[in-house]
Amino acid sequence: MLEYSSKYFAEERNQSLHEVGVERPRSDVQGHVTGRTQFYADRNFPGLLHLKMVRSPHHHARIKSIDVSKALKVPGVVRVLTAADIPSNIYTILCLIQVEPNDEPVLAFDKVRYKGEQIVAVLADSQRAAREGAARVKVVYEPLPAVFDVEEALKPGAPLVNEYHGRNWFTYEGHHCRRVRHGDVEKAFAAADHVIEEKYQSSPIEHAPTETTGCIVVPDSNDRFTCYSNTQALYFTLDNSALILKSPFHKLRLVGGTVGGGFGGKVDVIVEPIAFLAAMLARRPVKYEFSREEEMQVSSPRAAERIYIKDGVMNDGRIIARKVRLYVDAGAYSRHSPYGTTKAAAHMPGPYTIPNVWVDSHCVYTNRTPSSAMRGFGVTIGDFALEVQMDKLARLIGMDPMEFRILNAYRDGDLKAHGKETTGAALVECIQAAAQLADWPIGERYKAMSSQRKGA
Amino acid sequence: MNRIPLRFHLNDAEIGEFIDSGTTLLSLLRDKLGLTATKSGCNQGSCGACTVLINGAPQLSCLVLAARCEGKSVATLEGVSDNGTLHPLQRAFMDGFAAQCGFCTPGMIIAAKALLDRNPDPDRGEVIDAISGNICRCTGYEPIIDAILAAAAEMRGGKRKSA
Amino acid sequence: MAKQRGRGMASVNYPTGMNLGGDPSQALIHATTTGSFVVTLSSVDLGQGLKTIMAQICAETLGIPTDNVIVDTADTDTGPHCMGTFASRGTHRIGNAIIMAAKEARAVLLEVAAEELEVNAADLETDGKGNIQIKGSPGKSISVLETALAAHFKHGRTISGRGIFLQPRSYPEPETGRMTPATCYAHACTVAEVEVDTETGEVAVLSLKSAYEVGRALNPRMVEQQIVGGAWMGISHALYETTEPYYPDRAHGPVDFNEYLMPGPGDLPKFENVVIERPAPDGPYGAKGVGEMTANSPIPAIANAIYDAVGVRIDSLPITPEKVLRALKAQAA
Repeated sequence: MLEYSSKYFAEERNQSLHEVGVERPRSDVQGHVTGRTQFYADRNFPGLLHLKMVRSPHHHARIKSIDVSKALKVPGVVRVLTAADIPSNIYTILCLIQVEPNDEPVLAFDKVRYKGEQIVAVLADSQRAAREGAARVKVVYEPLPAVFDVEEALKPGAPLVNEYHGRNWFTYEGHHCRRVRHGDVEKAFAAADHVIEEKYQSSPIEHAPTETTGCIVVPDSNDRFTCYSNTQALYFTLDNSALILKSPFHKLRLVGGTVGGGFGGKVDVIVEPIAFLAAMLARRPVKYEFSREEEMQVSSPRAAERIYIKDGVMNDGRIIARKVRLYVDAGAYSRHSPYGTTKAAAHMPGPYTIPNVWVDSHCVYTNRTPSSAMRGFGVTIGDFALEVQMDKLARLIGMDPMEFRILNAYRDGDLKAHGKETTGAALVECIQAAAQLADWPIGERYKAMSSQRKGA
Repeated sequence: MNRIPLRFHLNDAEIGEFIDSGTTLLSLLRDKLGLTATKSGCNQGSCGACTVLINGAPQLSCLVLAARCEGKSVATLEGVSDNGTLHPLQRAFMDGFAAQCGFCTPGMIIAAKALLDRNPDPDRGEVIDAISGNICRCTGYEPIIDAILAAAAEMRGGKRKSA
Repeated sequence: MAKQRGRGMASVNYPTGMNLGGDPSQALIHATTTGSFVVTLSSVDLGQGLKTIMAQICAETLGIPTDNVIVDTADTDTGPHCMGTFASRGTHRIGNAIIMAAKEARAVLLEVAAEELEVNAADLETDGKGNIQIKGSPGKSISVLETALAAHFKHGRTISGRGIFLQPRSYPEPETGRMTPATCYAHACTVAEVEVDTETGEVAVLSLKSAYEVGRALNPRMVEQQIVGGAWMGISHALYETTEPYYPDRAHGPVDFNEYLMPGPGDLPKFENVVIERPAPDGPYGAKGVGEMTANSPIPAIANAIYDAVGVRIDSLPITPEKVLRALKAQAA
């Protein structure tokens, strides 16, 4: 059940809209219900090769040797690709927005840094032959000590996960974390009626789109290559692929736009560069799709986060200080985590006006599957921690949790911790509307409050 | 693998093919016959995207060897629209905003059709049971359940729930 | 041993668009000879309905029916650049690019119509049904189709437009974190009601009652799709999902949907939702990004409701029956 409330902000709404603000049927839905919507894998190409990846069984290990000779003898196997075949093997997705350094190999060669890392690509006429070929690749490893806990990883003497960083954290302009400094939290803690510090933790979460990540690359006439992909970002994929392949950008073409669920998981650029290269070398169409198991355990999950929140609160309900230490478990490589860690810092202290805020947001490398973007990137787990903390604070001082939030909610004109003025606030109204919907009693004083400072 | 002959009824057609003995029904439909409405979501029988009807019963085509369909009748979403006229389930999914990405939709409609073919007047719990093997990551299921109930009502001659 | 009920709430906001900006998207629009308008993009529809929304925005700006708009997207040989579909940016960024392109195209459309009608373009308006008329005297009009034909074959003009939207990149000040992460924020508040089985540790979500502030709902039914689907994902995150159930231990990772748990159609609560609209001044017709946020408020609301029901705090996600039982055991000790 859903209703639109006209009670709030009516004076701010343009009432003369015709084609937006009204229900229109989805333009794609007839294709969906008849099965005629064409997803990338609904295209068939003669001579299609299947790509199967040899993956690390170790969380952290040195690669001593790779022997592909038995794989090449499997009937149907056409060729294999190793790191030596990749023109520019070390990359990082966000180099396109000037995030450095390149820290991830397309195919691992000297070390593997997480279980499931890709090492050798096997191309074959059939899925069955590709799987059999992959099973016959012999990789000799020397296992290394691994680190899985974000705070352990930051300690001196922890195993070094990623040599391209030289330390187990991403460096933000000379700092070991993304900082936010607003007011003086320590002074405020000393003046607060209550100070509590709590710890919150999440585990990695899978996007679980019903369609797994994948692509098909087809050699066109005139030495160009078309990639049919379910990427969430065509140009991200095209540009990263061209850089990895040292290919002129114009030789590559991405076609997509119809995706069986993304949720952030298909922003990574994992399958396309290797499939482009395979199609270039084999001169045949190549399909690289994640199995459901690969989608769940090898593709980037939502990062696990550990968040410590220390608050100073007054008996009258005002929160006067919030200190946050946040650790994003990036796994073995950066992917989008340096960005998400900054987004997490920017989100603090939540939609509340708190005069003293201190945030250290760490992007930490561990020997697990690299994490990356997912719906609510940098915010979802922070909101869990913040809002459970708010519940604890309200109970601590004996206030109703809705009234407590309305009291502290940001209003138009308030200064945020990152230095911007609040505009377009509507948290107070959302709480009021939810209270009414749920028959949650709140005081008249709180019902009369507004996000707008009328007359001010 | 051995090449074996296979004859079966598929939607409105009689199919005769030589197939590899290990070929799954899903692979036969998608890769050989070009019928791609049936989706491959997991290839391990855990998502329901590949659901088809075999002799009227919903089956996961990724787990069925094509050879087992000898002499049987297989129905896919391609055969559900009658000469281009949409089935009430299809229209109810459209009107009820019951599809988002559309990848689970074919399996959902087939699973729902299997239910309505044998039980034209299901209650909400029976609809839930019928689609409980089909994963949807977008919709939260509620609009799908509502759409199936609306289609059932229409097929019984009642009024449709949504305009 | 009993089933205990409780309720909890949470309120959140969510930024629209890529954090710190710097994420442009473009749109190109042209009229066909017969007055259909083609929007060319390289943007990706993940299932949230981007293609539909972009057609609506184009139609609104041009003043024509949505049915007359064709969205041609996601081929890098033809579509101009788009940063991608993520960070709740699609509607806002691409929508703004389309408005810019459609305004340019509309100006040409009206100029050609003005020549045909022998009036001043400033005196013309669209009727939203496929015609261009003189303001105040709808009797004198020309159809969009006739105008497009005339533009092509008589005037030699392209009815077309180019659009781009860029929120300029913000660079955080390293010492203080002063920055512009986003320009507009959506809001939500959820009240969750749960029932906790103290014998099994299982949590059933009985209802989710939420208010969402979305700027402007450009297609109300599609906003509802995001709200219900997102709230479901919130339940799933709160109670079920993880690829590493014993994090940071890597053992016991699920590999299929039999082990990776999510609520099924039989596990749904009663959803009740209210939508509030406070238009964003820089949003297309006031719209903000809403897709990601809808999953967020249910998670802590459920956690708080569990505490309300049984008096234990589970501060780690997901809140599995095992964690609930261990906490209840510790509480009893």
